[in-house]
Amino acid sequence: MLTIDRYLRASSLEEAYEAAQKKNSAVLGGMLWLRLSHRHVSTAIDLSALGLCGVEDLGDRYRIGAYTTLRMLETHEGLHRDFGGVIGDALRDIVGVQFRNLATVGGSVFGRFGFSDVVTVFLALGASVELYPSGTVSLETFCGMRGVKDILTHVILPKRQVRTAYRAMRNTATDFPSLNVCAVLAEDALTVTVGARPLCAVAYRLPAAGAGTAEEIAEKIAKETVFASNSRASETYRRHLCRVLVARAVDDVYGKGGES
Amino acid sequence: MEITLTLNGRRITASVAADTVLLDFLRAHGCASVKCGCETSGCGLCTVFLDDTPVLSCSVLAVRADGHRVTTLEGLEAEASEFVTFIADQGAEQCGFCNPGFVMNTIALLRENPDPTDEEIRAYLAGNLCRCSGYEGQTRGIRAYLNAKKEGRL
Ligand SMILES: Cc1cc2nc3c(=O)[nH]c(=O)nc-3n(C[C@H](O)[C@H](O)[C@H](O)COP(=O)(O)OP(=O)(O)OC[C@H]3O[C@@H](n4cnc5c(N)ncnc54)[C@H](O)[C@@H]3O)c2cc1C
Ligand code: FES
Repeated sequence: MLTIDRYLRASSLEEAYEAAQKKNSAVLGGMLWLRLSHRHVSTAIDLSALGLCGVEDLGDRYRIGAYTTLRMLETHEGLHRDFGGVIGDALRDIVGVQFRNLATVGGSVFGRFGFSDVVTVFLALGASVELYPSGTVSLETFCGMRGVKDILTHVILPKRQVRTAYRAMRNTATDFPSLNVCAVLAEDALTVTVGARPLCAVAYRLPAAGAGTAEEIAEKIAKETVFASNSRASETYRRHLCRVLVARAVDDVYGKGGES
Repeated sequence: MEITLTLNGRRITASVAADTVLLDFLRAHGCASVKCGCETSGCGLCTVFLDDTPVLSCSVLAVRADGHRVTTLEGLEAEASEFVTFIADQGAEQCGFCNPGFVMNTIALLRENPDPTDEEIRAYLAGNLCRCSGYEGQTRGIRAYLNAKKEGRL
């Protein structure tokens, strides 16, 4: 059970950061994941007064505040238009609407959960994260960082001409995914991400043309990727799923049956 | 901590602990329609509106409702009464425990999308688990209500 001694509605990032350095403090996102923990939190830090909820269109990129909910992303017209609906495709099976009205972008990315649909799709779209006070790093770098005590303030998504596809396998409709895959084809590169391995998602960058057939690409990625077993799927099954889902996603972005 | 919120149209001020969840707060304030199922944000039984957004009250701290409007089924009886008989007519509820959360989320769906397809109904209600009925009756009930509305039978 999660217990909390003190609740702090931070009035500045400095105040939030300072409080977050204290032992047993916790920054609150939507609190859905935190709630499952058996932690004793000395200070729960609420960022809701810091203007971090919303999606800004900055012309060449989107800047998404950490308190933006997954539902806001899923229903955002510009994101839907510019990324071919792939964000909605990735998020719509996460539990339910009421859940996605609470789950935040900041908590979902900061958690770098091994099962995450959010990280898989953001990584494929070339996201970076703004950390206070460290500054901006690519999401790929952030996924490998440990012991971070910064405040995640925004996620940046660069706008490019892309074709996108998302595929996930779940044992039941709203369960955690057993594997998820996102493919993003830009002018210069094909990016394929594989998540729910059940380790944090990994990205592969291939040339936009001449990388082989969808099956060849899928075979290569399935061979190179590290998978593990848990109660949802075995390592062997995940590798098999990877072949199938990557081939389908790559087919989707090139138009079915097409060779890259 | 002291919080002030508008609960079903009534302004209240109360003292809460930092870790009191909204679900417990609401039940302690007489809103027995708000049910506790899983407490792990997986079942939808505890659905309430925070301002006008459906959320899981088991996973929201009561302090986060400070300065906001909270609405439970007790505050939406007139809106709910329009379609709950259609759901009952389909035998869609058996034990009835999931019903308040299900009705709350249906109200949210119909406010957002007054003419949903069956697929949209299923997608919106995916986070409301029912252990008795298998969901078909509930979808049929909402469909019957929407048809009755379109045909001017309401
Ligand atoms: C039952 C259940 C099922 C789920 N299913 C899926 C699924 O199928 N697919 C999927 O992708 N995800 C799934 N999730 C994860 C969910 O979508 C969220 O990613 C998760 O709940 C974290 O988001 P949150 O806003 O609740 O963060 P919280 O739980 O509040 O926080 C998570 C962690 O991040 C820290 N944190 C939060 N915000 C910040 C910030 N701005 N800066 C620094 N640190 C911060 C917190 O201190 C905490 O350590 C599931 C979660 C649950 C509980
Ligand atoms: S009791 Fe809140 S979702 Fe189950």
